[in-house]
Amino acid sequence: MKIAIASGKGGTGKTTLATNLAYLISQKSQVVLADLDVEEPNSKFFIKGNKIAEKNVLRMIPQWDKDNCILCGNCQKVCKFNAVIKLWEEVLVFNQLCHSCYACSELCPKNALPMKPHEVGKITQFKYNNLHFIEGTLNVGEEQAVPVIAQTLDYVKDKFCDDMLCFFDAPPGTSCPVIEATKEADYIILVTEPTPFGLHDLTLAVEVMRELKKDFGVVINRYGIGNDDVIRYCEEERIPLLGKIPNMKRAAEAYAKGELLSVAIPEIKTSINKIIQNLKVCEVLS
Amino acid sequence: MNEIVIISGKGGTGKTSITASFSVLAGTRAIIADCDVDAADMHLLLKPDFAQSEDFFSGFKADIDQKLCMKCGKCKQVCRFDAVRNDDNFYDIIPLNCEGCGYCKEVCPINAITMVEQNVGKWYISKIKTDTFMVHAKLGIGADNSGKLVAQVKKEAKNLAQETKKEFVLVDGSPGIGCPVVSSISGADYVVLVTEPTLSGFHDMQRVHELIQKFNLPSGCIINKYDVNNEITDSIITFCEKNSIDIISKLPYDESFTAAMMHGKTILEYKDNKINKILIKSWGKLLNSLNKKD
Repeated sequence: MKIAIASGKGGTGKTTLATNLAYLISQKSQVVLADLDVEEPNSKFFIKGNKIAEKNVLRMIPQWDKDNCILCGNCQKVCKFNAVIKLWEEVLVFNQLCHSCYACSELCPKNALPMKPHEVGKITQFKYNNLHFIEGTLNVGEEQAVPVIAQTLDYVKDKFCDDMLCFFDAPPGTSCPVIEATKEADYIILVTEPTPFGLHDLTLAVEVMRELKKDFGVVINRYGIGNDDVIRYCEEERIPLLGKIPNMKRAAEAYAKGELLSVAIPEIKTSINKIIQNLKVCEVLS
Repeated sequence: MNEIVIISGKGGTGKTSITASFSVLAGTRAIIADCDVDAADMHLLLKPDFAQSEDFFSGFKADIDQKLCMKCGKCKQVCRFDAVRNDDNFYDIIPLNCEGCGYCKEVCPINAITMVEQNVGKWYISKIKTDTFMVHAKLGIGADNSGKLVAQVKKEAKNLAQETKKEFVLVDGSPGIGCPVVSSISGADYVVLVTEPTLSGFHDMQRVHELIQKFNLPSGCIINKYDVNNEITDSIITFCEKNSIDIISKLPYDESFTAAMMHGKTILEYKDNKINKILIKSWGKLLNSLNKKD
């Protein structure tokens, strides 16, 4: 079972929910947590553990071979991303614009644009008792998160068997990185806040999940701070409300220091356990 | 004209609430741009009229003409994105996987593949409650090209500011360090980093600061909820001093931001409280930093 934790709005508590669910479940059984918020991965502050493996994320980028090039300009013609430009006697490759489609390279009549690996990020694996934690990180200055997310997911697939329970901490938003992080998941938990911003971005996230034909439920974090519009919305839309995590300044303080809230605050442990129970009722967890 | 971009790295640090407050303080001197195009929220506080809208086309997706296709499978062979499906001996495109590179079209021996330009969203020019204009957008569901939509929103906002002789463009950016963020900071005159004193907030701010250094942009920092952890606040201040980031202000943890939001208002329009004074001072300090830069 693969469960992705996503949200439209950033800072609603995706990482809090993902790390605490994974931690509590790891008290009894093996579980994987993958941080797919590769632009700003934060799960590591809450899951300590030992580093057991590390791997670079590489992306293939064409590199101009001046000696073989006949300056025919076919590469520029086939590139839809303006990543390859022929300028007078020179071919320029813009790494950030390249989508690694290989078209320019393989359609070059002289093999003058061989594909070369280019490091765009890192995957690190940690182990904390029963909890296997995998972090994907995008290098600062690289713009495309999707290849790092895709390779982190491949890494998980490669290292763990299919029936392993996996949680994915997804990036915020509704665009391509979110799609990549959720498209392989069997179930999605959308985390929101009971505020107008939270509700608005939740409705966007719900549209995305419906478009992807995903099964999903909602968790309200910082419950008590705003109003009950999110609850009403979930009822109207018949979206299962999996649980509520109470709003407490004490939680913000524990979060700040990198403490797992289910360890630091008993009320929050209770609410996370309730979410686990509800996931069982929905037959997401066995 | 100065372009001020407000970003945070981490989501949920208060970026949009603070940008909207600055919009109220700038009044008719500024054009506002909401560049958090995949979770745009500023309209909830600034009440745009959505008077003018335009579709945004960007990127392509392949489409196979089934009547022409002779099922040679070359398209599937070259696609690096698993976007060509072969079911019951017929080939079609999985739109969600298609990157729009057009490699399949190049190798199709009988031109059965066309590249269709995608409508990936809408952008708007609206009058807002501060009697100025806001340029904002809505990205289509699951669309890519958010970076390009950000660039479009910024371009329109800049043009508008020039035409109407405004002093500023105030840009609300998106979380992260990826393409929409790069788009929103390129061409900026000043970057405001809104952060919170949590390990995550500080870490994410350092990453986004490393990014803005690559663009050589001057920046200032607002520490929101500073009293949640005074030690980390001190570390952030030390980091700012070391890296010549102006310290604009520290705001205490205050749920009035949310209370104001419940009324569709910025905190400045809500009731008088101590945050308002700090925000007014912050805006003044930000303008000072901008002047120093020139």
